[in-house]
Amino acid sequence: MRKVYLDHSATTPVHPEVVKTINHYLTEAWGNPSSIHSFGREARKGLEEAREKVAALMGANPEEIVFTSGGTEADNMAVIGGAYAREKDGKHLITSQIEHHAVLDAFKYLEKQGFEVTYLPVDEDGLVRVEDLRNAIRDDTTLISIMHVNNEIGTIQPIEEIGAIAREKGILFHVDAVQSYGKIPVDVNKLNADMLTASSHKIYGPKGVGCLYIRKGVRIPSYTHGGGQEKKRRPGTENVPGIVGFGKAAEIAAQELEGEMKRLTALRDKLIKGIEERIPEIRVNGHRTKRLPGNANISFRYIEGESLLLSLDMKGIAASSGSACTSGSLDPSHVLLAIGLSHEIAHGSLRMTLGRDNTEEDIDYVLEVLPEIVERLRSMSPLYQRKETCKQKECYAHVQ
Amino acid sequence: MTNVYLDNSATTRCLPQVVEAVTEVMLETYGNPSSLHKMGVEAEKLLKKARRQVASVLRVEDREIFFTSGGTEANNWALWGTANQRAGRGRHVVTTTIEHSSILESAKRLQEDGFTVSFLEVNQEGLVDPEQLQQILTEETILVSIMSVNNEVGSVQPLRELSRVIRSRAPQAVFHVDAVQSFGKLQLYPKELGIDLLSLSGHKIHGPKGVGALYIRRDVQVKPFLIGGEQENCFRAGTENVPGIVGLGKAAEIAGEKLAANDRKLYHLNRKLREGLANIPGAHINGPKSPDAAAPHIINMWFEGVDRGEVLLHSLESEGIYVSTGSACHSRREEASHVLKAMGLSGEALTGAIRVSLSYLNNEQEIDYFLEKLTDVVSELRELGS
Repeated sequence: MRKVYLDHSATTPVHPEVVKTINHYLTEAWGNPSSIHSFGREARKGLEEAREKVAALMGANPEEIVFTSGGTEADNMAVIGGAYAREKDGKHLITSQIEHHAVLDAFKYLEKQGFEVTYLPVDEDGLVRVEDLRNAIRDDTTLISIMHVNNEIGTIQPIEEIGAIAREKGILFHVDAVQSYGKIPVDVNKLNADMLTASSHKIYGPKGVGCLYIRKGVRIPSYTHGGGQEKKRRPGTENVPGIVGFGKAAEIAAQELEGEMKRLTALRDKLIKGIEERIPEIRVNGHRTKRLPGNANISFRYIEGESLLLSLDMKGIAASSGSACTSGSLDPSHVLLAIGLSHEIAHGSLRMTLGRDNTEEDIDYVLEVLPEIVERLRSMSPLYQRKETCKQKECYAHVQ
Repeated sequence: MTNVYLDNSATTRCLPQVVEAVTEVMLETYGNPSSLHKMGVEAEKLLKKARRQVASVLRVEDREIFFTSGGTEANNWALWGTANQRAGRGRHVVTTTIEHSSILESAKRLQEDGFTVSFLEVNQEGLVDPEQLQQILTEETILVSIMSVNNEVGSVQPLRELSRVIRSRAPQAVFHVDAVQSFGKLQLYPKELGIDLLSLSGHKIHGPKGVGALYIRRDVQVKPFLIGGEQENCFRAGTENVPGIVGLGKAAEIAGEKLAANDRKLYHLNRKLREGLANIPGAHINGPKSPDAAAPHIINMWFEGVDRGEVLLHSLESEGIYVSTGSACHSRREEASHVLKAMGLSGEALTGAIRVSLSYLNNEQEIDYFLEKLTDVVSELRELGS
């Protein structure tokens, strides 16, 4: 059976070159970077080279990069640390309704600690309205956190503009770039970001490693406490193989970014267009053009996303019904609700995220298999049957 | 040149089987365990297996193991999570002066947040006195955190006695043990010792860096430290480091299988080392005098007439021998070891100390080589110094 992995926003296979690099640091240069002997020095060298590569892909200086255990830790650190860093200046914070839970839950935690949070709504394409942001800003606003690319619908936010406003008002600005870093251009200076989160396993690097960019001069309290690693900003023995793998993945992404953007945009458009042509009563979620190259998110009326997912899985196609982190839960996606979908339609959504191994043939295969599955599931759906009956009645009524 | 790595408490070399397992996951079973499709389910199965492997070494239930990014996160989580969960019942926390910095710094953070923290002192051998613990516990005590094996001097705390004291004097308190230096090395069973929380790390037992775990006894409540996802039963957010966790599982399994044999081997190497040191004039050991109170894999030593451990370290390095001065986490700082200071040491015992830490992969020949070179290097340094 053909195997088509269309879940690259959940995680990606590790690039073989990255695996090779990691293996070297597992078997040869396995020292503790804090050790002062040569085992330690060799590991440290790898660590610092990786920092340069990760920084280069976002236009940052290496010393502005703090390695973490992943995107979630970096988000927690940025939001909670950012809020407390400016606590004296005010306790009002701004984010959006469609952030990743690592950001949203950090804000919810801060609300319990006495901070006030404005959750900006988004329009039907999932875009934050810059006017809304302007109106939400108060004298005591100290932190804004907006994601670059939404993990479910792929919409790209006007981060440059939002960042410029934050900069002008002297408000700390954090960008969750987990879904954009390594996939579209990310430049901390252009985006006016004070802090920016990136993750390794979304860009063909290993799991368990990510980073937080912290602009020089910005000080936030550390989230984890202990040893002096990462200039005391993040203690714990550095995950050297993971970090070096992240560095290698960033290096490869930098080389392939432009070509992959073009290629994946074409494949994505072929996929979306193909589905629109073949399947009625669907909705494409997210902005049509301000969109992550590899993201297609589509709601199919009268269908449970989960059944669709499992049917596709039986055909060798791996996709997702929302973000992986909450796919175990029965609640509909908070992102799809925020763009105005009803519970019923939100439940029938499918996210397909393309990556470097996907080909034209993969898309052709999906377009061949998907319409049949949708047709079959709809034919079993009581809602769909009711609708068909209603249609007949309507016709009948019309004739009468 | 011969390479003799005697810095296994800083970090260890990954076992080939571990590397193989990690590589396989990165290339083949790369799914996100939260994904509903086959790739996700396969990854989830691997997590389950690793959880069992770690749980069986500790003889606890699988669901009591929560994976973290390492020992530091586990220690932070244990302290912050317990204190904040129990703040309503009391605000007194107890730990010791010789803990790892991830415990000490977390405890200081709790102080800033309004908790009262008592730091138990240790004697000259690096041991806590259960009597002293008894006196310090109150009805307000919500958490006691004491390490199993000290990372610098290898003193093994009398956990059984300490646990008994806590149970009788402050039954409401949660007992946390930082077992980063003993997991997979000593026979340590939380259920037997009345331990509620226990931290462990992968890279100290020939597993990968960037992964560890916190054991949380089933009926103990701890607030999540990393938030924003339903992973680890909603207790630890973030996509699971599947390759790392698989590597930890494998390393734990291998260490667990040979626990008793490894223990014997380490005691043998330790005895050899102690005997050798006894033959070097003016050589001293920092830490427990009785081998019963000392872990076999860590020996802290100093030599009369050698006042800088760092110089000794580099001289040994030029012979292909790798040791450390104090803990790796602090070795880049200029400060003297807080552990040795807490033991009341000063002078050459403090500034000239080096730590030798063994693994079950070390052998007798390596110890012989080390002792031979050490004898030479120490005499050379003494000559230079005089």
